[in-house]
Amino acid sequence: MIAPLEPRLAGELAGIVGASNVLLSDADLVAYGFDGTWFDSTPSCVVLPGNAAEISAIHRLAGRERLALTPRAMGSGLSGGSVPLGGSIVLNTMRLNRILEIDETNFVAVVQPGVITGDLQRAVEARGLFYPPDPSSLKQSALGGNVAENAGGARCLKYGVTADYVTALEVVLPGGEILRTGGKMVKNVTGYDLRALFTGSEGTLGTITEITLRLLPLPKFAKTATAAFDRLEDAAATVIAILNAGIVPTSIELLDRLTMQCVEECRPAGLPVESDALLLFAVDGGYENVVDAELARIAAIAHASGASATRIAADAAESARLWEARRAISPALARKRPHKLGEDISVPRSELVAMVRAVREIAARHRLLIPLFGHAGDGNLHPNILCDRRDPEEMRRVIAAAREIFEVAVALGGTLSGEHGIGILKKQFLELDLGPAALALMRRIKDAVDPLGIMNPGKIFPGPGGIEAFDLPGERA
Amino acid sequence: MNELAASNFSGADIPPASVYDQCVRCGLCLPSCPTYLETLVETSSPRGRIALIKAVDEGRLDLTSPGFMHQMSECLDCRACEAVCPSGVAYGRLIEPARTQIRRATAAATPPAQRLGRAFALDALFAHLWTMRAAARLLRFYQRSGLQRLVRASGILKLLGLAELEALAPNISPRFLAPQGQRWPAVTQPAKVRAFLHAGCVMQVAFAEVGEATVRVLQRAGCDVVAPRGQGCCGAIAVHAGEMDRGRALAKRNIVAFEASGADAYIVNAAGCGSALKEYGQLFAGDAAWAARAAAFSACVKDVTEFLDEIGIAPELGPLEATVTYQEPCHLAHAQRISAAPRRLLERIPGLLLREMEESSLCCGSAGVYNLTQPAMAQQLGRRKIEHVLAAQPQIVATANPGCALQLANGLREAGQQIAVKHVVELLDASYAAYDLALP
Repeated sequence: MIAPLEPRLAGELAGIVGASNVLLSDADLVAYGFDGTWFDSTPSCVVLPGNAAEISAIHRLAGRERLALTPRAMGSGLSGGSVPLGGSIVLNTMRLNRILEIDETNFVAVVQPGVITGDLQRAVEARGLFYPPDPSSLKQSALGGNVAENAGGARCLKYGVTADYVTALEVVLPGGEILRTGGKMVKNVTGYDLRALFTGSEGTLGTITEITLRLLPLPKFAKTATAAFDRLEDAAATVIAILNAGIVPTSIELLDRLTMQCVEECRPAGLPVESDALLLFAVDGGYENVVDAELARIAAIAHASGASATRIAADAAESARLWEARRAISPALARKRPHKLGEDISVPRSELVAMVRAVREIAARHRLLIPLFGHAGDGNLHPNILCDRRDPEEMRRVIAAAREIFEVAVALGGTLSGEHGIGILKKQFLELDLGPAALALMRRIKDAVDPLGIMNPGKIFPGPGGIEAFDLPGERA
Repeated sequence: MNELAASNFSGADIPPASVYDQCVRCGLCLPSCPTYLETLVETSSPRGRIALIKAVDEGRLDLTSPGFMHQMSECLDCRACEAVCPSGVAYGRLIEPARTQIRRATAAATPPAQRLGRAFALDALFAHLWTMRAAARLLRFYQRSGLQRLVRASGILKLLGLAELEALAPNISPRFLAPQGQRWPAVTQPAKVRAFLHAGCVMQVAFAEVGEATVRVLQRAGCDVVAPRGQGCCGAIAVHAGEMDRGRALAKRNIVAFEASGADAYIVNAAGCGSALKEYGQLFAGDAAWAARAAAFSACVKDVTEFLDEIGIAPELGPLEATVTYQEPCHLAHAQRISAAPRRLLERIPGLLLREMEESSLCCGSAGVYNLTQPAMAQQLGRRKIEHVLAAQPQIVATANPGCALQLANGLREAGQQIAVKHVVELLDASYAAYDLALP
């Protein structure tokens, strides 16, 4: 157990944010010691600032006293990015939760980091605008975390990831300086792209306090279709055939049988659990006949590639049910085994069939249940290794399988993470992916921005406490 | 610290690791949790509280640490988190035993006067409904004579630990619906179903008119309705307060009464009771002698709205020109997952316009005795609810649980609003009455 922050420093924090916004009780420290992964690491203090000025003052204090800070919004991440390591102070940004502006002329929204992703989407859609990035956690993830981890979602195939929408940021740097970069303009190539640097920096370079996001006009029509397959490989091959035909659906999602079984238990959507795999398509556009024609082409190609059945959702309610089910997959997997190790590999789509085959082979060889689902259209897959952490023998197989999945992905020209970030979970494998030169440059960038190394220590870069050295029960820190 | 660290729970009723282990900490429950929405603090969220329970079980957090005790008490047990949880975490099965554990660990430190008051409340009143009725008659006198204001001001209720009870039955009906073996035949014979009416405890003394409406609507729907003696309180108050053994004693009497009645269905018009009655199977899971009987009993329990929606109601509905908004009781929407049935019933009523409010299924803050254990949070949630009700501009708020009805009525009165609060069956009953009135 980490000792709570010493009273002198807690008192200084209280002077900045008010005593009720400094949490030090045993219970509070336990509650802020995790995210959506299985890591537990108790902070020494939780501080709940209300604005950028307070965050700047917290950063100044942290610099002066060499205190580590871990920025956190909703704590729904899947890489351990917001888990406070080594007694770091959790800097929670959920009180900064206002949509500051929806600019209907420039098509941007200015938001604070504690705004829930889905809430922003509803707010802009009410005005005929559209914020496409849709992580499956959109109901429970905040935009600060989305930017910090560069979140993706099902619509990335057509619309890209969070970074493609960040046009400006306000960031409190280590030491307390407040930096603003970018603006509401569409084009901006002045100097290095600092928006890109901070987006996906996982809290290691500063605390994000304001975000300007690009918006699009809301497509007038959006429809959903499914195609069931007796063979997983056929489903993967169909994805490539559709894209090669020049069609760009909003989303092409892949669910294997095990995935369908888990999700049908909690969000019954009539998924064909007897099939080996399902593809779930979304198509959107400004003209209904174009959307319908694309869906018809998709169905025809799926049949030609071996689909046993295709279906176009009858109405918005059926469509909503299917996407609700899709978004529930990750947590629903807990129904099969106590724990899961969720991966987030991303490969060029030409390698989709090879990747899918490799995951099945690795699962069989290590005698593990690895449901496979993901954003097949953009090559981003989530093999989830189901396990029981209390079984050390099984965990050795789990970690061996995880390593092999990474190795195959990288060998196929892919990468460790498509949208979850590296955090703690994948840091041991960073060099395997980046190579020595890129890793060394990233270290130099980190040292230049955060010379004291106090921003979210223990994340991204290889070091102790990663998954390979993962803590078996009995070794819990 | 390691797994061998002893659990800080002990004895019977330990929150099961198999339940909390199912939480993958995705955080989807947070935006559904009333106390999280009010505080934005993880500790006050379902995911946070599950982590606390796990930490206590793993010896990382003290059972009696102020933060843990506060969170176990601050939770409304509204179960909204359960309804949205994709992983299927049965949250109620964690919070109730956790409260039992705290209750046991702190029993010795509870002042004797409070223990006495509590034992009187839970044993004498809820165990023997004739004492509740007697007390209710006194209470009605107490409420109407001006004595109430005097006693409340005196602070004696707090001293005796009776403040909770005092608030539970604030407005006693002029007549009670005591179960005395009554039989009400179906309007059309032969009857489709024999329905056992759960008269309830608070319901029978404070909401007798709801019970009467329930009987009439069931009779019209083709049910012989019976109200056998021997039944009693469902035990929810005891179970939610962490008194699981008291809850089991009460449960056994209802099981026996139902078995002896020969009825096909056990009908409840209070969502909180229905939820507890449907969980008898779990309550007795570890008891070989009662597990099967309890599970069989629970399988026959139906909320009155669920039951009417299933068997179909009589079509002779007369017009009820009113704008109605429906407040979802937590223990109906979340614990029993019944959301569509009451709305379908309301929409059957000619002339009735159902207008949805925002956050209909977010707890109103009533939650049994919550008003007294967590007055500040209860008030915040009550205000939030009333704002949403007013925004919908209804003439009537429909609901299906006594706690919600009391909280809404109090809130509306405080806001100076003339909006009536009615149970769904009361509106159906009124609609039938309107039809009869129009008959030549």
